[in-house]
Amino acid sequence: MSNQAIIQTTDLTKIYQMGPTTVKALDGVDIEIKQGEFVAVMGPSGSGKSTFMNIIGCLDRPTSGGYLLDNENVGELNKVQLAEIRNRQIGFIFQSFNLLPRTSALQNVVLPLVYKRKEQLTPTQRTEKAMHALESVGLADRADHVPNELSGGQRQRVAIARALVNDPVLIMADEPTGNLDSQTSLEIMTLLHNLHDRGRTLVMVTHEPEIADETERIITLRDGKLVQNS
Amino acid sequence: MTTVIDSQKQAQTANDELVIQFDGIINPIEIFRIAWEGVVRNKVRSFLTMLGVIIGVAAVIVMISISAGTEAQIAAQIQGLGSNLVFIQGSFGRGGQGGGNQPSLIYDDTAVIADINGVVGTAVEQATSQTVQANGQTLTEVSILGTTDDFPSVRQVEVANGRFFNATELEREAKVAVLGSAIATELFGEDDPIGQTLIIGTTQLTVIGVAAEKGVVGNTDFDSQIYTTITLLFDKFVPTRFRQLVGNNVRLIYAQIDEGSDMDGVIQQIELKLASTKDLAVEELPFVIQTQQDIIDTQGATTEAFRNLLAWVAGVSLLVGGIGIMNIMLVSVTERTREIGIRQSVGATPTDIRLQFLMEAFLLSVTGGIIGIILGVIGAILFGNNADTPTVIVPSSILLAFGSAAAVGIFFGFFPANQAAQLDPIDALRHE
Repeated sequence: MSNQAIIQTTDLTKIYQMGPTTVKALDGVDIEIKQGEFVAVMGPSGSGKSTFMNIIGCLDRPTSGGYLLDNENVGELNKVQLAEIRNRQIGFIFQSFNLLPRTSALQNVVLPLVYKRKEQLTPTQRTEKAMHALESVGLADRADHVPNELSGGQRQRVAIARALVNDPVLIMADEPTGNLDSQTSLEIMTLLHNLHDRGRTLVMVTHEPEIADETERIITLRDGKLVQNS
Repeated sequence: MTTVIDSQKQAQTANDELVIQFDGIINPIEIFRIAWEGVVRNKVRSFLTMLGVIIGVAAVIVMISISAGTEAQIAAQIQGLGSNLVFIQGSFGRGGQGGGNQPSLIYDDTAVIADINGVVGTAVEQATSQTVQANGQTLTEVSILGTTDDFPSVRQVEVANGRFFNATELEREAKVAVLGSAIATELFGEDDPIGQTLIIGTTQLTVIGVAAEKGVVGNTDFDSQIYTTITLLFDKFVPTRFRQLVGNNVRLIYAQIDEGSDMDGVIQQIELKLASTKDLAVEELPFVIQTQQDIIDTQGATTEAFRNLLAWVAGVSLLVGGIGIMNIMLVSVTERTREIGIRQSVGATPTDIRLQFLMEAFLLSVTGGIIGIILGVIGAILFGNNADTPTVIVPSSILLAFGSAAAVGIFFGFFPANQAAQLDPIDALRHE
C-alpha cells in the first residue's frame, strides 16, 4: 500500500501573464509523492511554492504538464470538477485557520460534508462524522464554540478536523504553525505526525527548517524549478 | 430505507431514513439553510435591507385596499339608489350648445316614459330647503323632497306607518307629507304623526305616512327628509322667478325596469319616445340615458386610473427596494469573500455559491414581502376603521405584492450572486 503514488506530476508548468511580460511560476516540475508520505515543501518567496501548492491542491490549473492525483488526471479538469476533487480528495489546513466566523466548531467541520455530491449524508450522519473528527483532534468538548471563543491552537485543530472529515487521500497544510506560538506549534505538529503515523499523506508548505526537518522528505523549489528532492 | 444510487457505500448509509441524490448540485434544502443563516447572522442589516421591500409591499396592499374600498362604496351607493334603474338626465335648460333652444327634460316626460312597455315605475325628484313648524316646534332648513307616487318602489323607500301619496293626490297637488323616520321622531316624539298637520314655509300639510328607516345613501340622509308631491313643490316652494326660468324642468328621471325586460330594448324605446315627443331624431336628443351598471363602470374607469397610478408608485418603491437589496448583497459578497474562498476550498462549486447568494437575496425580499403583507393588512384595517374611506383587502393584491417581492429578489440578487460565483478560490482565500 505504502508505495502507491498519490501525486504524480510531469513537466508541471504554470505561466502568468503580467502585462507584456510572462512569468514562469512553475517550470517543468516532475515529482512523485507516495501514499503515506509526509512531505515538506520549502523555498524562498517567489520560488513558485504557492503556485505548486495551489495546483497540487486543485485550487488552480497548470498551464501545461500532467498531474495525476490518486491515479486520476486532474490537470485538465474544469472548475466544477476541481471543486468536486477538492471536496472528495483533499483536506486543507491554512496558516490563518480559515474557519467560518460565527459558526460553531462542529458546523465548520460539517462544511465539507455539506458539499459532498456523491453518497450524500443525512444531517445526523454528518453531525456524527464531524463529532468523530473533532474527537480525533481532542476537541469534542468544544464542538459548540464559535472560533472567537477558541485559542489559536484549538482553531487549527478544528481546521484539521475539517480537513479529515471527508477522509481525503491528501492533506495539504500551508504554514500550519505560522500563526501559532512555539508550544502550540509543537502540539499541532504532534497532531500532524499522528495523522502521518496512521497512514495519511501530508504535504506541508513551511519556511521553518526545524519544522521541515521533522518530516521524512523535503522538496525545495527555486525560480519555479525543483532544486532539492530528498 | 435509502435511495442512494451508488451501491458501493450503501452499507454505510443503510441506517438512515432517506438520502436524496442530486447529481451535480447539493441538496436545495442545504442551499436554503446556508442562505437563511446568512440572513439571520446579521439581523439588523438584513432588516434594513428588507425595509424598502417592506414599505413597497405594505404600500401596495394599503393603496389597493383603499381604492377597492372606494370603488365598493361607490357601487353600493349606486345600487342603493334602487334596483333595475335607468337614469334619464336632461340638460336642465341651461342653453347647452344649441344656445337656448335645446329641448329640456320636463316633468311631463315622466308620463311618456311611464307608458313604455317594461317600465314599471318612474320617479322624479326636486328638493328644496324649508322651515317646518309642527307640534309647537320649528325646524329650519329641512330638506323637502317633491316626488311622484312611484317613489317608494323606485327608490326602495318603505312606508312603515300610514301610506305614501297616490297618483290622484299627485295630480291634484295634494297637501300631504310623508316624514322620514328621524324627523318624525324629532317632531312628534312617541306620538303617532299620522293625521297631524305641519306647516312648511307657509303651506299647511297633513302627515299621511312615515317612511321606514333607510339611513344615509350617497349624500342623502333619507331619514331626515320630508316627502311631498312634486306638483305641490313646483307650485308652492320653487321661487317664482326660478320657475319662470326653468319651467317644470327636471334634472333627472328615474325609470324602474321590469326584472324580466330587456334593459337595452327598453332604453331604446325611451329614446324613441322622447325623441318623437321632442320632434327630434334619436341622435339629437340632448339627454344622457344610463343604467346603474353604466355609472358603476364610469366610476370604475376613474378608480382604475387611480389604481394604475398607485401600482406605478408601488412598483417604483419595490424597484428602489430591489436596488437596496442588490447594493447590500454586493457589499456582502465583498465582505464575505473569505467565506466564499473557504467554501470553495472544501468543495463548493460556482453554482453552489451562486445559488447561496441568490437564495439569500430571495429570502431577504420574500421575508420583507411577508412582513410588508402583514403590515399592509394591519395598515389597511386601521385605515378603514379610522378614515371615512372604507378599505377592502384584495387577496390578489397580496399575491401580486408577494410575487413582485420574490421577483425583485431574484432579479436583483442575480448580479451579486454572479459576482460571488466568479471569484477565484485562491484570491478569495487570500482576501483580508
